[in-house]
Amino acid sequence: MDFKGSDTLPGPRTEDQLPHTAQAAVKIVIVGGFGVGKTTMVGSVSEIRPLTTEETMTQAGIGVDDDYGSDSKTATTVAMDFGRISITEKLVLYLFGTPGQERFWFLWNGLFEGALGAVVLVDTRRLEVSFDVMGRLEEGGVPFVVAVNSFPDAPRYPVEELRTALDLGPDIPIIDCDVRRRASSKDVLLTLMGFLHSLAMSGALI
Amino acid sequence: MTPPRRTRRRPQPLVPEPAPRPPQPAQPTAADGRRPRPNPERLYSVAGSDGARAELDLVTLIVARTAPPVSATPEQSAVLRLCRAPLSVAELSAYLGLPFSTMTVLLTELITDELVHARAPIVRQAVPDRSLLEAVMHGLQRL
Repeated sequence: MDFKGSDTLPGPRTEDQLPHTAQAAVKIVIVGGFGVGKTTMVGSVSEIRPLTTEETMTQAGIGVDDDYGSDSKTATTVAMDFGRISITEKLVLYLFGTPGQERFWFLWNGLFEGALGAVVLVDTRRLEVSFDVMGRLEEGGVPFVVAVNSFPDAPRYPVEELRTALDLGPDIPIIDCDVRRRASSKDVLLTLMGFLHSLAMSGALI
Repeated sequence: MTPPRRTRRRPQPLVPEPAPRPPQPAQPTAADGRRPRPNPERLYSVAGSDGARAELDLVTLIVARTAPPVSATPEQSAVLRLCRAPLSVAELSAYLGLPFSTMTVLLTELITDELVHARAPIVRQAVPDRSLLEAVMHGLQRL
């Protein structure tokens, strides 16, 4: 292509460009604590190398994070990794991996609201770090599934014990996964889509 | 070993679902009267003053309508070159190394000046679009 300046400007490789027929995008969010595997999951299914978008704000707007330094005007940056899957020539799916910490959520206005649904990725060694984000999704009426990323040394609980601990209704899928594997990440996404579809069929979407 | 326990929450009445909207034309979504959201202080070093900002989503697709005019700033030129093919706001933000909020201000100027088109995303609806969900499932199955 005669992409003027493409040698000096960062941008998608030619093969990563979307077709001009791409009319609209949808998004799914993958939430969970640091190190739980969000970026790994995005990377395992994305057709592009995962990218990072950032949001920046001053500390004065947060009111927390005093440990970042004494200067109250220090900018805080929150990064979010994302990937892309072309669904059809007209439709594109984006996957966003976002931190579960409550203080980050409002930085991403509309992220949860517009998403088709969410995957809550949990590590059974640190189950409680996902509690707040599940509550947040419930409050916002965002349908989600729970994917348990199987770390070798993590405690393994029977699904029903997890369901009880997480106080999840019987309809919400809980699945084991290994997000390093594309097939496993794909299964998680298909589980979410199947769940959304069943909600649509039953007319029960909140 | 017993796992820690949580208590589920209910949808909050103060945060209603967005009203179902008709299929979106290639226009940025207008403010729709939902509760005001926190509006943290933002950076405007690239994009200048805060005009009427379009409601741009991370996955709004941006497409250039023209080649960069001679009057374009370097940042505007960069966006117009990157958007010769459709590109999401998130990707633009990533490639240009600009925070999302700065990116939206820059893009709003370009939309106002009719230099780019914005193709609004399809957002979750109170009444879900089954054919959309099925299309996504089929696309994922081909992975």
